Amino acid sequence: MSLVQVTDLTVEFGDLRAVDGLSFELAPGAALALVGESGSGKSTVASALLGLHRGTGARVGGSIEVAGTDVRKASDEELRRLRGAKAAMVFQDPLSSLDPYYAIGDQIAEVYRVHTRVSRRVSRARAVEVLDRVGIPDAQRRSRSRPHEFSGGMRQRALIAMALACEPELLIADEPTTALDVTVQAQILDLLHTLREETGMGLLLVTHDVGVAAESVDRVLVMQHGRVVEQGPVAAVLGAPAEAYTRELMAAVPRVDDRRTPSEASDEVVLEATGLRREFGRGKRTFRAVDDVSLTIHRGETLGVVGESGSGKTTLGRMLVGLLEPTAGEVRYDGHARVGVNPAVQMVFQDPVSSLNPRRSVGESIADPLRARGERDEKAIRGRVRELLERVGLEGAHYDRYPHEFSGGQRQRVGIARALAADPRVIVCDEPVSALDVTTQAQVVALLGELQRELGLALVFVAHDLAVVRQVSDRVAVMRGGRIVESGPADEVYDNPQDPYTKQLLAAVPALDPQVAARRRAERRELAAA
Amino acid sequence: MSEALVATQVPEADASGTSGARQFWRRLRAQRAALVAAAVVALLVLVALAAPLLTAIEGQDPTTYHPSLVDSARGGVPIGSFGGISGDHWLGVEPQTGRDLFARLVYGARVSLGVALAATAVQVLLGVVVGVASALGNRWVDQLLSRIADIIVAMPLMIMALALLAVVPGSFPRPVLVALIIGFVAWGTIAKITRAATLTLKELDYVSAARLSGWGTWRIARRELLPGLAAPIITYAALMVPANITIEAALSFLGVGVKPPTPSWGQMLTSANVWYQAAPQYLLLPAGALFVTVLALTVLGDGIRTALDPRAASRLRVGTGRGQEAKS
Amino acid sequence: MSGFAGFAVRRTVAAVLTLLALSVIIYVVFYATPGNVAQITCGPRCSPEQVHQVAQQLRLDDPLYLRYWHFLEGIVVGQDYSTGTSVEHCSAPCLGQSYQSDQQVMQIILTKLPVSLSLVIGAMVLWLLLGVGTGILSAWRRGRLSERVLTGITLAGLSTPVFVIGLVLMIVVCGQLELLPFPEYVSFSDDPEQWAWGLLLPWLTLALGEAAYFARLTRASMLETLAEDHIRTFRAYGVGERSIVGRHALRGALAPIIALNANDFGSAVGGAVLIESLFGLPGIGQELVHAVNVVDLPVVVGMVLVIGFFVVLANAVADVLYALADRRVVLT
Repeated sequence: MSLVQVTDLTVEFGDLRAVDGLSFELAPGAALALVGESGSGKSTVASALLGLHRGTGARVGGSIEVAGTDVRKASDEELRRLRGAKAAMVFQDPLSSLDPYYAIGDQIAEVYRVHTRVSRRVSRARAVEVLDRVGIPDAQRRSRSRPHEFSGGMRQRALIAMALACEPELLIADEPTTALDVTVQAQILDLLHTLREETGMGLLLVTHDVGVAAESVDRVLVMQHGRVVEQGPVAAVLGAPAEAYTRELMAAVPRVDDRRTPSEASDEVVLEATGLRREFGRGKRTFRAVDDVSLTIHRGETLGVVGESGSGKTTLGRMLVGLLEPTAGEVRYDGHARVGVNPAVQMVFQDPVSSLNPRRSVGESIADPLRARGERDEKAIRGRVRELLERVGLEGAHYDRYPHEFSGGQRQRVGIARALAADPRVIVCDEPVSALDVTTQAQVVALLGELQRELGLALVFVAHDLAVVRQVSDRVAVMRGGRIVESGPADEVYDNPQDPYTKQLLAAVPALDPQVAARRRAERRELAAA
Repeated sequence: MSEALVATQVPEADASGTSGARQFWRRLRAQRAALVAAAVVALLVLVALAAPLLTAIEGQDPTTYHPSLVDSARGGVPIGSFGGISGDHWLGVEPQTGRDLFARLVYGARVSLGVALAATAVQVLLGVVVGVASALGNRWVDQLLSRIADIIVAMPLMIMALALLAVVPGSFPRPVLVALIIGFVAWGTIAKITRAATLTLKELDYVSAARLSGWGTWRIARRELLPGLAAPIITYAALMVPANITIEAALSFLGVGVKPPTPSWGQMLTSANVWYQAAPQYLLLPAGALFVTVLALTVLGDGIRTALDPRAASRLRVGTGRGQEAKS
Repeated sequence: MSGFAGFAVRRTVAAVLTLLALSVIIYVVFYATPGNVAQITCGPRCSPEQVHQVAQQLRLDDPLYLRYWHFLEGIVVGQDYSTGTSVEHCSAPCLGQSYQSDQQVMQIILTKLPVSLSLVIGAMVLWLLLGVGTGILSAWRRGRLSERVLTGITLAGLSTPVFVIGLVLMIVVCGQLELLPFPEYVSFSDDPEQWAWGLLLPWLTLALGEAAYFARLTRASMLETLAEDHIRTFRAYGVGERSIVGRHALRGALAPIIALNANDFGSAVGGAVLIESLFGLPGIGQELVHAVNVVDLPVVVGMVLVIGFFVVLANAVADVLYALADRRVVLT
């Protein structure tokens, strides 16, 4: 008998059909990944498996059977006994998924007690045991800490410990590593892998990241618009996709080992930073976000700046454009020291929602640099804005539309048009594609490349995703703790990393090929042991 | 193709803009309670504005004594049933003086609403100026203004208003004075809300983008920040109006607010407890008027909040009213 | 814990600074007004000689900062006053003297304070119990009829000014039904039972309005917590509704309740003024209203300072409790 049997599942929220006739099954001990872009309905499926839509007004059709429980027909009490005990769920954001007010050990103990009715002391001991099991050092003491005292990776471990407490037959992991840095992501995926080997529990992994899926499961199910596009063994589906959508998806996924045709960079230095330092806070709390960073950017080239959260890469980007003043050091544009902003150095922002004023039409936003420069001729302004809109792949008639009428990728294009309106020579892109789906991501990256060639722009591409950075960069700088630990031509850094941190980062990138993934896993163990 | 799907899923709440005003009305209209409240408020405002007309129709005015209508032998109880209700005096007369209650009530609405609205205007003006200055100013300006706002928030409004009323010369027109004093002692919360909202907005990428365009601070404040502040300010201001009505009534009840002969609901209640048996409407009319006005304004305020911030409101349904900014 | 101790010390220092700032504001507002300050201070019935004497006592010839310093000195170390015929000592904390009743302001306040404290503290216990209880109940019964009824009652409570509640209660409970005697103040040390009996109605009056605010806040912040992600976690792990509402949602609502209680202490003091006037309780509020009506400036200033002291104290205590309740707060 299978562990999960889903037949013809539909989930509707009002008019929106999020899941549309989905069927799949999962054998005991097997691992399946649901892969899809945002809006594909993958997370909705995960919630439906535990009956979490009950009482929310969503309409669920079809049949769902999990560990012998018919989720749709089960009584509330039966459902309660399924949740956590036979099938446990790990959520995306480990900070908000734990109660901030209680000790982590107590929260795990509470869940354990609900299902076992053992004494407080026994359940507390069990909590320490599972925390130890997921690799929390000094679990006895750390079990008394509250979630905010844990790092992101530790919190995700704690959530996994909670899932393990009752030894479930099925673990449902909904984007378990999306909020984490790549090195931490690798650790968590390795942990899940080890636990599965040891306990023999089944795994249902929900993810947008094809690489994460390839690392962790045997079978994969690709979803789009709430339907199954394709399902089968990982190697078959990802290696030789049968469906057009899967092929498109796989083509869009940036690969960390692909070389890039270099752009036509000149020797002319447009932007130069020397000894940049930036501190936040005062007195004893002073925190050095960027520490002694020097770099040069040439006309027509792309410099990739890569780093994990807290590496100071965003602070560096904001200093380069003049939104932040450095505590020490200077930024020289065209050979002249510069204070404050300069329209010739523009920025494309990460969040497509907050980077456009919702109360102004996109045309007005794009026209800002023109008007600020003193252009008064409305016709000329309109004409130039239309031209820019068309240049970034939108329609000129979109001038009077508002940001909410656009998708994330389109808004990012508007942001690029606004940057271009200032006739810049340098554009600093701060995580310009990290909020986008992978197919959209590829389109925006391609657009930036075209513009660069056409206009001879110098680009600084700040991102956490090593594969995307490789895809776009001529040179890269790897940042950690506010410093550049390694820099050089992209191919050199990626193919022959010198700094141990760069090696660690590269080893942590999920591979698309299950065999490569297994090899990387072994490499990581070696690196960790070393 | 995935982009199209994302577009359909963009949450409505982000869809503010020039269509914001229309959406606001649509969301407000969707709430039955808020609509009823809005109708009641509109009626009250109309009554207040038309007070001279209404009393002219009745043929009375709020200040003329009618000693013939009260029984001086029984301590001034109105003559006739139900406190002297008649065709001439629609709601009866005031005990002891015999002044017309209907006229006093509708003129009282004038004072009540007028003072509350004027006080709210003063509070919003002061609060927004201080809040924006504090958020955009340097560290010292911010520290100074924030501390002052803290003190203003902490000090009991009633007490400060009472105390201030003691030192202001009596020659000052009383309703204006009461409005100014309520305004000056209760702008702290709106300053704090404005400051917090401005700080949040200031960090948004579109404000950075405007800076990179080359615009100056003043233009950015006007074009990018102020429109974004409208929602929190309107929300809070709507909830301050009923609070100000209550305070004006309380001050007048204590005899330090609006002084006779200007009629005011709070003032009418002062002596009512002595007369509740002989002339119950003398108590019930101003009490009921206060209750209905404050209730309608509160429900309308909640409705406005729901219409402006549907995300928060869908969670809360009924919000917290005051103290919501307490710690953030 | 040292971080917490440091926080408590910093908070105390901040409270003292706030009080100082408050005293400056109050001094400037009341003693630096245009017009004859001595005349205003002394009161309308003072003779020119008395006014002259008051002017000397207030050192009106000195610059403002020296006068303020003198005022502050009086509060910290006490002062000697000349009443014309004899010299009287006013020991610290000296808030000056009422020229209308010839009493020291601190003396007046001390005799009235027990009444006001009895009223406010008793009512606070009641409104916390009533308000938080109602809030929990309506969050627990959310979506059902009983919640709507509770929400309606709460809204009515919010919309009724406290003195209207008091008037109606007094007329109905004491006048018509004769369930309770008309309120009067009996000192706790004289007769605790009479003390409580006499204050029952004022407590109830003050508590009802405040309880409505707390019910609304408790319900709102519990619902807000119930919408958070971690609640979903416990649902997904089979934890029952009782534990989710009673343990997790309530814990999340605790910090906002404490914060509101501090913020609201001020408005409750304002309500107490009204209630004392309405029920004729001889507390600070009634005295303040009297002082305002007869323009007895030293008493007004003294009262405002003392009330300010209690409000600042309540806020500081609440901040410390808040920090304890919400350990996520960064202590600064």
